[in-house]
Amino acid sequence: MWSIYLNVAVQGVLTGLVYGLMALGLSVIFGVVRVVNFAHGEFAVVAMYAAYALFTAFRLDPLWALLPLAALFFLVGYGLQAALINPFVGRPEHEQFILLVGVGIIIVNVLLIAFGPDSRPVNLSYGFDSYEIGPLIVDKPRVFAAAAAIAVAAALFWFFRRTRTGAAIRACADNLVGAGVVGLNVKRLFALTFGLGLACVGAAGALLVTIADAAPSLGPAYTLLAFIIVIIGGLGSMAGALVGGVLIGVSEALAGFLFAPSMKSMFSFALLIAVLVLRPQGLLGQRT
Amino acid sequence: MIELWRIAPPRGRIVIALALAVLLALPLAADRYVISVLTLIFYFAYVGQAWNLMMGYAGQLSLGHALYVGVGGYVAALMWLKLGIGPWLGVFAAVAAAAAFGAAIGWLGFRFGIAGVYFALLTIAFAEFTRIGFDHLELTGGAAGLFLPFEEKRIGEWWNLRGGQLLFYYLGLALAAGAALLVALMARSRLGYQWRAVREDETAARALGIDAFAVKMAAVVISSGMTAVGGVFYAFYYNNLFPSQVFEISRSIELILAPIVGGLGTVFGPVIGAFVLTPLGEGLTAVTGRFGINAPGVKAVFYGVVLIVIISAMPSGVWPRLAALFGLKDHAR
Amino acid sequence: MTHQRKAAPTRRRVLAGAAAAGAVAFAPAIVRAQAKSLKIAVLLTRSGYLAPAGQSCHRGALIAPRVLADYGHQVDLVHVDVESNPDVARNQAERVINDGVDVVVGAFDSACTLAIAQVCEQRQAPLVVNIAAAPALTEQGYRFLVRNFPTGSQIAVNGLARIKAFIEATKANPKTAVFLHVNDTFGTAQRQAMDRLLPNAGMPFRVLESIAYDPRAQDLSVEVTKIRALKPDLVLVVTRAADAIKLVRDMVRQRFEPMGIISPGAPGLYDEEFYEALGPLADYHAYAVPWANPKSSMAQALEKAFKPAYPNYRFAVECFNVGFTFEALLVAADGFKRAGTTNGAELMKAIRATNIKEHIMIGGPITFDDKGQNNNVPSAMVQNRNRAPTVVLPAEDATMAPVFPMPPWQGRT
Repeated sequence: MWSIYLNVAVQGVLTGLVYGLMALGLSVIFGVVRVVNFAHGEFAVVAMYAAYALFTAFRLDPLWALLPLAALFFLVGYGLQAALINPFVGRPEHEQFILLVGVGIIIVNVLLIAFGPDSRPVNLSYGFDSYEIGPLIVDKPRVFAAAAAIAVAAALFWFFRRTRTGAAIRACADNLVGAGVVGLNVKRLFALTFGLGLACVGAAGALLVTIADAAPSLGPAYTLLAFIIVIIGGLGSMAGALVGGVLIGVSEALAGFLFAPSMKSMFSFALLIAVLVLRPQGLLGQRT
Repeated sequence: MIELWRIAPPRGRIVIALALAVLLALPLAADRYVISVLTLIFYFAYVGQAWNLMMGYAGQLSLGHALYVGVGGYVAALMWLKLGIGPWLGVFAAVAAAAAFGAAIGWLGFRFGIAGVYFALLTIAFAEFTRIGFDHLELTGGAAGLFLPFEEKRIGEWWNLRGGQLLFYYLGLALAAGAALLVALMARSRLGYQWRAVREDETAARALGIDAFAVKMAAVVISSGMTAVGGVFYAFYYNNLFPSQVFEISRSIELILAPIVGGLGTVFGPVIGAFVLTPLGEGLTAVTGRFGINAPGVKAVFYGVVLIVIISAMPSGVWPRLAALFGLKDHAR
Repeated sequence: MTHQRKAAPTRRRVLAGAAAAGAVAFAPAIVRAQAKSLKIAVLLTRSGYLAPAGQSCHRGALIAPRVLADYGHQVDLVHVDVESNPDVARNQAERVINDGVDVVVGAFDSACTLAIAQVCEQRQAPLVVNIAAAPALTEQGYRFLVRNFPTGSQIAVNGLARIKAFIEATKANPKTAVFLHVNDTFGTAQRQAMDRLLPNAGMPFRVLESIAYDPRAQDLSVEVTKIRALKPDLVLVVTRAADAIKLVRDMVRQRFEPMGIISPGAPGLYDEEFYEALGPLADYHAYAVPWANPKSSMAQALEKAFKPAYPNYRFAVECFNVGFTFEALLVAADGFKRAGTTNGAELMKAIRATNIKEHIMIGGPITFDDKGQNNNVPSAMVQNRNRAPTVVLPAEDATMAPVFPMPPWQGRT
């Protein structure tokens, strides 16, 4: 029986890593630009459709489509921040909220018009394969997606730790006024950060489409999921987003297995409430 | 109340009296479609006002107000279905239940210093948690829904809220007008000033000797209780309740659009917002239909664009701009 | 307090009536009785979370007028999207009736349909429900509503009977089953019906456990693991379109092979996206649902109209939504022909007295009981064969013989 639990937990870890990557994008945006991106999940769904379109047109495996999509979404994010969102930086949350709710509504319905309401699958040649390791059965697409999620997160981590621009962005996050005083171009850095956040979303969307079918209606659910993960993991903590993702993935999987699967997201919300009350900075976040 | 009237600018008095008179007399002239849309406007003006009290005056961002709508609706519906207690009494239980939820969330949030977006997520978490709970609650039929009998022969039993369109029209009008009056009165009360002090600068408010915790608790309890009355209205107007309909996060979002677009922290903001947004949706349906655009989703795209334009051009809402334009200063601000 | 459409005519209509007859109160009926064509509003959930089904129904509504014309019915349709939102459904119902619509057809979603029903009741405009399973619709005493669709519990009763016949016909011997259902409005109603019916249904298998899953679940791997641990012979499912894909995909990945996956009446196993995503793995799943009768000439005529209009869709896949939407329009048009008037009350009386022998779906004539419910909508047993839904039971309507247990996942082409 223990092998079943282990199997469920492993599935949760793998799925959680992909969700973690999506949440990482939110954590970066939220942690640095301080804009509450309530259209985050909708952007992820756009990336899913983009990966689907690339696959249908060129048989391009979403694992490869990840690279051009990350680049494309970086540009989209950069442009969006510079053109639309920048005036809202530092404004009250409810104003940002309405702005991005508007963006989300537009995205969902443009996708509905463009692709129709039915879900769109990417039929990978290895889509139904799985690895059998002793008593464990783990499906291939999920393993690949999780590995790719770790790789993208590692690249981002490297960027923030080892490059000058990365250090500058971290300076903005830690002390915005100070960053301005020492002459950093905060506006450009914010656009860059938003671009990076959306690059994460672009990559995550390409990976998500290998484990779930693209549908216009997925967006709001992903947005909420990303927020839960970021709060639980700790705002602004890069490792926290991945850890939060894994924690949600595993706790939902185990709760679904042990109790009713239909009640599994109740555990995520309970976990969110518990973290907000007991450790508001998140599991890996630092108290400010 | 008399004092409120006395301090209102003369032009404001005329406009308010005129608007009320028109709305009271409208069913004589308007067709049923207009009445139906107006009823929905009154509903959103009412629940928007309740949310406005908490966010606009006390500065606490709740994104889970659908929770109070749902709890209010379900409690009153259950009282009537299972115990035979009509909604005019049931509403008290509904308000008490929703206020208890509000108090629990407020206590957790304010005691543990959860603020801003974090507080908003706490309210979402509670609403979603409750939604899934109701999906599994056998007493209320779970996700399969709870239905109130709708019988022709009982129409006219206003004491059970069984009635035709006009009953709900005038009830909605009374609720919306009553809520605006209540908020106007509260805004001028001691509590109202304390709310605004806490909203602007909580530390400073504390230094002045304001008990911030108690003040914020009052806001969340009053707001959740008021919202529950809207839930009772919704339950008896639609005669069916589904957890996935009433507790949905999209319902919470829908509910806060009117006060933000209309103007937060003003008495007339939620009313104006509801009068802008609901007709906007209806108008877009009519216009896209007129131009032969029958693609589902087009209307929603335009709606999204309008939201972005309004919040970019008028971040503090439509009403303050209108008031300045027509010289109707909102004294309660 | 009651508002009646005929008692409160719009200004335009009153003027027209006054000019024609001078008797204002009765003018609308006189003027409009001469109408040759019935004006029907089709209210469907074409955007929002029920968009897939709503758009599928919409395809049926779009081709209906031409086919109906061939059968001697003139209808004039107005198409309205209710956005899966009861508020919109309610307002739009008021609007179309204002605009002079005589009958309303809709709306797939039970919550939206209930909102429309209240408007139709107050305005005395007939509502013909195309699809909506909530029992409350015909239990709440609406006089201006008929439903040519089985209630949730009728679907369950018919489904279990067909599943029993299916197993008997194939002489298979499943001993155990697990019931997996989506925890939404329809899935929960099905669960409640199954809990009530199963103990006395005399099924050859024992249900080990009923498992509910979250309608927002992104994948069903945990659910499949849970089922796999119970080792049932049979998996009974009530899913929604996209969920069935996740279910089969995770079963294949986890190398779990039950004797079969059977639905006692729910969408999912026969949607185009299901075939598209699963290819050969979509075959052999079976479902007991009301279905278009392949041997009915009207169904063949409808299919002939469908093909050129929608080259990217298959009638065999869409016939559930398309068929019921067409039949709802047929019921309205047929009632109009017999009533000879668009007066709401008289039209409703005619519609209540419907007796249509030639129609689309498998089953007896379309008739309504005194609650407005059609109790003659049986389920057929349909099985996916060569990536197409194929009727396998009842024998007189079947085009293929049932196959059970299903062949293994491996080696399918």
